[in-house]
Amino acid sequence: MYPDNYKYTKEHEWVLVEGDTGTIGITDHAQSELGDIVYVDLPKSGAVVVQGKTFGSVESVKAVSDIFSPVSGEVTAVNEALAGAPEKLNEDPHGGAWLIKVRLTAPDETGNLLTASQYQEYIGAAQA
Amino acid sequence: MIPATALKRTPLNSVHRRSGARMVDFGGWDMPVQYTSLVEEHHAVRQRAGLFDVSHMGEIEIRGVEAFQLVDHVTPNSIADMKPGQAKYSALLYAHGCFVDDILVYKLSHEHFFLCVNASNQDKDYQHILAANRWNAEVDFASNRYAQLAIPGPKAEATLQKLTPATLASIRYYHFLDSEVAGTPARIARTGYTGEDVFEIFIPPDEAPRMWDAVLEAGAEFGIRPCGLGARNTLRLEAAMALYGHEIHATIDPFEAGLGRMVRFDKGDFIGRDALQARQQRGLQRKLIGFEMRGRGIGRDGYEVLSEGRPAGWVTSGSPSPTLGRNIGLCYLPAAEAEVGRTIEVVVRGQPVEAVTVATPFYKRAR
Repeated sequence: MYPDNYKYTKEHEWVLVEGDTGTIGITDHAQSELGDIVYVDLPKSGAVVVQGKTFGSVESVKAVSDIFSPVSGEVTAVNEALAGAPEKLNEDPHGGAWLIKVRLTAPDETGNLLTASQYQEYIGAAQA
Repeated sequence: MIPATALKRTPLNSVHRRSGARMVDFGGWDMPVQYTSLVEEHHAVRQRAGLFDVSHMGEIEIRGVEAFQLVDHVTPNSIADMKPGQAKYSALLYAHGCFVDDILVYKLSHEHFFLCVNASNQDKDYQHILAANRWNAEVDFASNRYAQLAIPGPKAEATLQKLTPATLASIRYYHFLDSEVAGTPARIARTGYTGEDVFEIFIPPDEAPRMWDAVLEAGAEFGIRPCGLGARNTLRLEAAMALYGHEIHATIDPFEAGLGRMVRFDKGDFIGRDALQARQQRGLQRKLIGFEMRGRGIGRDGYEVLSEGRPAGWVTSGSPSPTLGRNIGLCYLPAAEAEVGRTIEVVVRGQPVEAVTVATPFYKRAR
């Protein structure tokens, strides 16, 4: 369910680091908690994101939730498909429904993040 | 899993958890907010049938030779014209004319009334009625004796008819009878909160898990789905039905909430009467009205509403409407500005977003 090569935040985002690029999304747990997603607000290419700071929001029928960046960097790509089909976030949050790609400006930051097993333990604990 | 805090549970709690429903703290109750998808559950109710656990709702029974006098005194709606087997939407009001709660009054006889009240208000409601009881009437806090299931949808009657000897077609809207469902004594009411045809059944709590399974099995051929309170909220909002804590509360009166039809000045005295007459003579200060978002955004509970750029009111409920595919809501505006077709702005996360006031209900089923 939670890919081992991703890193995770306690705010339920993930990042996949490949070279100096980080691909960012929200976790399956996050989409499940939110329910049917109707809006995704994302920054534009060129925007700067900072680890732990909000860069956008996801809104479901029930609630709106901020998205916090797992890493710092500059946005190089935005998943434009989500604007017209936000429900993809409910269907494929760890794959096709990634949110943004960033060029990492502080690659060492990923050391602060949770591994897949730590994250699963964390959400298991949060559910109890 | 056991919730860490001491949330109250309905007799169906373990059924919900076993079924994988997503549970939330709903006013102190551990309740399912959705089973699989709020939107799919919503559509199931509009197109087929749904099954909701609403056992958190409170029940108060009033009996005795002067039961009528007490009920008539604590509610603004007319009780005298009710027949046994009839239900009526009403309220409990403070002397200042605003809401203690909105309630359903079921009349069994002149000496026996059954009130269904909101879960989070039941203790307050019970105390309110007790304090008003200067008659020979017994006020009985009965919530622990009833589980309540709601079965709304066009296939609700066909589903429930398979389980009961009662002739459901003979029960008119806002009427009820005592019979059996799946071999269990049940009060069957054609009352509800979704804008669809609907039955609510009141049953002994011990029987609730068995009844839950029996209704799902009976409705399987019609496509019934178990539903969470998330869909209950979007359904009632499309029907523009008030929710305590949102559209109505202790500083809102029935006229402001668009519920003037529940206030009957032509009956005798009731708690809140003098204040409501004074309020009516003074003229309404604010009024509840529906809106639809024009810009991109959802106006949610508590968001500020601007009229001609100035702060004018607030959103009481707002959501995407699964049936209409638009973002709808209810808000309070100054009475003089609460007219249909007016352009307003809802402040969505700091940004004013255009909306327009519209007539309610947003959704009305074809009969």
